[in-house]
Parts: sequence; structure tokens; C-alpha cells
Amino acid sequence: MFHSDNPGLTAGLTEFLQQLINGLSLGSVYALLALGYTMVYGILRFINFAHSDVFMVGAFAGYYAVKPFTISLAKLGLSLPVNLHLGAHSISSGLLALLISMAFCALLGIIIERLAYRPLRDRSKLTVLITAIGVSLLLESGGQLIFGADPEPFPELFPVREFSGGGLSVSSNQLLVIGMAAILLIGLQLIVLKTKIGTAMRAVSFNHQAASLVGINNDRIISFTFGLGSALAAAGGILYSMNYPSIEPYMGILPGLKAFVAAVLGGIGNIPGAALGGVLLGLIETFVNGSRYSTWTDAIAFAVLILILLFKPAGLLGKVQLEKV
Amino acid sequence: MLLGSLLAVGVLGWFSDKINPYHADVLTKVGINIILAVSLNLVNGYTGQFSLGHAGFMAVGAYTSAAITLFLGPKILPHHDMADSYWAAYAVFGGALVAGGLVAALAGWGVGAPSLRLKGDYLAIVTLGFGEIIRVIFCNIHFLGGALGLNGIPACTNLFWVFATAVLCTYVVVAMVHSTYGRGFLAVHDDEVAAEAMGLNTTRYKIVAFVVGAFFAGLAGGLYGHYTLSIDPKGFGFMHSIDIVVMVILGGMGNTPGVILAAVVLTLLPEWLRPVAQYRMVIYSFLLIVLMLTRPQGLFTWRRKWKQV
Repeated sequence: MFHSDNPGLTAGLTEFLQQLINGLSLGSVYALLALGYTMVYGILRFINFAHSDVFMVGAFAGYYAVKPFTISLAKLGLSLPVNLHLGAHSISSGLLALLISMAFCALLGIIIERLAYRPLRDRSKLTVLITAIGVSLLLESGGQLIFGADPEPFPELFPVREFSGGGLSVSSNQLLVIGMAAILLIGLQLIVLKTKIGTAMRAVSFNHQAASLVGINNDRIISFTFGLGSALAAAGGILYSMNYPSIEPYMGILPGLKAFVAAVLGGIGNIPGAALGGVLLGLIETFVNGSRYSTWTDAIAFAVLILILLFKPAGLLGKVQLEKV
Repeated sequence: MLLGSLLAVGVLGWFSDKINPYHADVLTKVGINIILAVSLNLVNGYTGQFSLGHAGFMAVGAYTSAAITLFLGPKILPHHDMADSYWAAYAVFGGALVAGGLVAALAGWGVGAPSLRLKGDYLAIVTLGFGEIIRVIFCNIHFLGGALGLNGIPACTNLFWVFATAVLCTYVVVAMVHSTYGRGFLAVHDDEVAAEAMGLNTTRYKIVAFVVGAFFAGLAGGLYGHYTLSIDPKGFGFMHSIDIVVMVILGGMGNTPGVILAAVVLTLLPEWLRPVAQYRMVIYSFLLIVLMLTRPQGLFTWRRKWKQV
């Protein structure tokens, strides 16, 4: 008997590649979500707890973009059937649904900032943090009221194909998620580094007062940041739901917390760091999930968080900042 | 004051059989929430730290004490049914509660010692993370029922136990904060840097507050487990911690009477809102936001005791 390959090794390698792809696909969703946390933290220095629920709303917006639904105000005797007629199963309609959802969530993010966070700009951080928790609860319970508490199956936005060969099985959705996330990340990096408003964003995050002294409208930049972050969260929500095909109003909590961990892991306030942290966390989680410790998956992210805060609180790519009194 | 309250609790315990079961049920929940809120107030209110993992410590206490009464109880009292021998059973229950509190305090020390060097948001997210880790750990301990939890816990909790613990908890927290040593908590709250410059060991104060808070959360967990008779890891999640935090905020951070009042109101509120149960959480979260925008010092704080941090 001649076996040129060691079968155990090949199986191991296939398994590894499979997990690598799964991990990258999960990690790119974390990365998209982590960017929102890191940008808001970079500018306003607080954790936007409601971000994970914007992610949920994004998934639902994508859902309703391709499904006909009815707006009914029963008490007013008004019933308005809405059908955006996007249907499913074509690349262009899928992209359109993604864009609609991103635009909707950008608007939502801006409204949340305007109504809930802006009036608290000069208050203690704790007040803002608690308000953010309140907004998060409001979105979740409001979502439960509007969308219903039961998980809904997420429609196929894009035509799905399974590629398999050599023991590897990859769905086109997974590749799409990785590709789309990469495009959005590069796009964001271009906005932040090359455009005028991106420069202004960096200036505001560096120093609010100095930025307004050189004529930057802080409020506008903060609104823009929230819009941008929320649009990315919406994209993350849709991409996440494509691979985990059921959505419900509380779906955002755990991915949101983990994405925050990813932002801290990469160095909070640092955009490439958030992307790196997201991908790393996705990989770590997928590999743990594939091992015999799979029941511990949910704890891993938090263990990573605690370790990073204890040993390298500035994160992998972050700079150490001294606290001035 | 303490004696008077204990006397009142004794009388309440005496009459507990005569109160109708629904009222007794609500009162028990009120009492447990008072313990949780007052103990969290020591950490979040007086010491100015922000912990989002209180339910995790409650879980530790609940599991420890339930495991003792379930597994050890029959061995200690082999010839009696728990319900038959009144005093012996209550002695075991009391011991189990204290053990639950101590293990929770130990967990509090384990969590607090590394993480209390962090501030504000980071501390909030780390305590939240620890709360989740505790939940996952209980899901993975098969001997404690794993994800299904423990069932058939003996029904030992009654109004007397709950309110006696609540009075004790309130007394300890108030006495601690008003002692000479306890001024340190307020100093850490008001200005950590200044407190440190004055020579206070701020990290130690924070850990003490955390450990005492965790101890009482453990007691509350034990009482809760022996009241609901079945516990599972899901019941002690993030949302439960948030509920307790909201009580502290509504009452006014570092305002014990306010926090007690808030615990009472917030436990009764869901009962009143039963007719509109569908909108309950929406109303609740909306009120929280409006409260933060209009009265960040808490609903029941009329006098500004300390400057805004």
C-alpha cells in the first residue's frame, strides 16, 4: 500500500482551512461592527451600547427590503401595503437591499445621537453610558413590538452556491461576506484618510476644542461619524444574517459585545486595529467552536478582553495614553 | 433604628402566613431587589465605580447555597425531612446562605482585584464580561445541572428571612459608609486622583466595596434560589444586572433611602403595567432615557449631595 499523503495530515489541513474560512467570515462581521464602536469611542470617549441594536435593525431593514409588508395603523383605519419589489436572488437586488438598509441605519444613528446623546455632551460619562443602555433597551423592546419576538428566517439576498472540493465546503455567501467587508473597510479607510471630512473626523477625535478653533463644526462631524458607523453596523447585520439565517430583536447583544471586545483588542479608537481585532476574534472563536471546548465559545471573547486589559490595555495597535489631571 | 427594623421584620414574619399569596410573592421580590440594589449602590453609588455584573455574583450565591441545601443538607440531617425539623433545617439554610455569600464575595475579590484598576466604561464592560463568563461556567458544570440548572431546591425562603437580610444589608452599607473608614469610599467617588494624593489606597477601597457588594448579592441569590425553587444560568444574565443598575440610578447613586424606594417602585411597576404588558419594556427604557436627560441625579435625590463627577 502506497499512500503518498499522510491521510491524517490532509484531513487536519482541510479542517484547518475550513475553520479559517468560517472564522474569516465571522471575523469580518465583527470587524464591521467594531469600527462603529471604535469611531464613536475615538471621538466621544464612550461605549455606544445601542450600536449592537442598530446592527439588529440593519438586519431587519434588509429583511423588509426584500419582503412585502404592510404598515397598518389599525386605530386610524389606515393600512398601507408596502412592497419594495426587490425580490431576491439577484446580485443587484441584494446590493440594493444592502444600500437601503445602510442608509436607513445611518439615519437612525444620526437621530439617536441628536436626540439622546447630544443633549448630554457636557454631562458625566456615566450618564451618557446609562442613556446608551436605555437607547439599546428601547430599540430591543421596540423591535420586539414591531417585528415580533419570534425569530424570522432571513431571506436569501444573493443567489447562493455551494462550492465543495477536497473535503472543503464553502458557500458563496461566506466569500461574499469576506469580500464585501473588505471593500467597506477599504472604503472607510479612504474616507478617513483622503477626504476633507475624514481629516476633520481625525481632528475632532484628536482635540475637540482645537478642531472647533480651526473652524470645524464638531456637531456635524459627530453626526457624520454616527451615520458612518451605523451604516457599517447595518452592513454587518445583513452579512451576519446571511450566514446565520434567522433574525430576532435580541440578536445584536452578543455580537455587539464581542465586537466591542474586538475594538479593545485592536486598540480602541484605532480603525485598522478594530478591523484586525475583529478578524482575530472571529478566528479565535471559530477555532474554539470547532474544538472540544465548543461550549465555552461565548466565554472566550470575554477572557480575551480581560487578558488584553490586564496586559496590554492600549490594545494591539493602540498607543499608550497618559491620563492628564 | 436597627432594632426597630428587626422588630418590624419579626412582626412581618409572624403574620406572613396571613398575607394573601400574591402580596407575599410581590413582597418577597421587593425584598430581594432591595438587597441587590442597596448592595450595588455601595459599588456604583458611593464608590462611583460602574459594575454591570451584579447578577453574576447573585448566580454564584444562588448556586452555592442551593448546592449545599440540595446535596449536603440531607447528609447533615439524615433522619429528618427538611420541612419537619424546623430549627435544624433553618440552621442549614442560614449556613448555606452565608456560604453562598462568602463564595460570591470570593468571586467578587477574584473579579475586582484585577479589574478595578480600570475606570469607567472599561470597568463596566469587564464586569459585564465577567458576568457572562460566570454564566457560561455554570452552563458547563454538569453536576450543577449545566444549562438546565438546578431543580427541586427546598422552599426555605420566607418574608422574615428576606427582610431580615435586607435590613442587615442596609445597616451594614449605611454604617460602613458613615464610619471613619467609609469616608474613603466617598473620597474615591468624588475625586480619585485627589484621594490617591491624600494617601488613600483607592484600589483597596474599591475592592472592599466590590467584595461587600458581592457578598450581599450572593445572599440575595441564595434567597432567590430558595424562593423560586429552580435556578438556571439564563436567569442571571446581563439584563438582570441592568435591572439592578437602573434601580440604583433611579434612586440616585449613593442615596440609600432613594435606592430602596426605587427598588420598591421598580418591582411594583411591572405588576401595575400588567394590563399593558406588551409595552412594558418600551415604557421602561423610554423612562430611563428621559430620566437621564432630565434628572441624572436620580428621581429621589432632592438635595445635591456631591458635585457631578
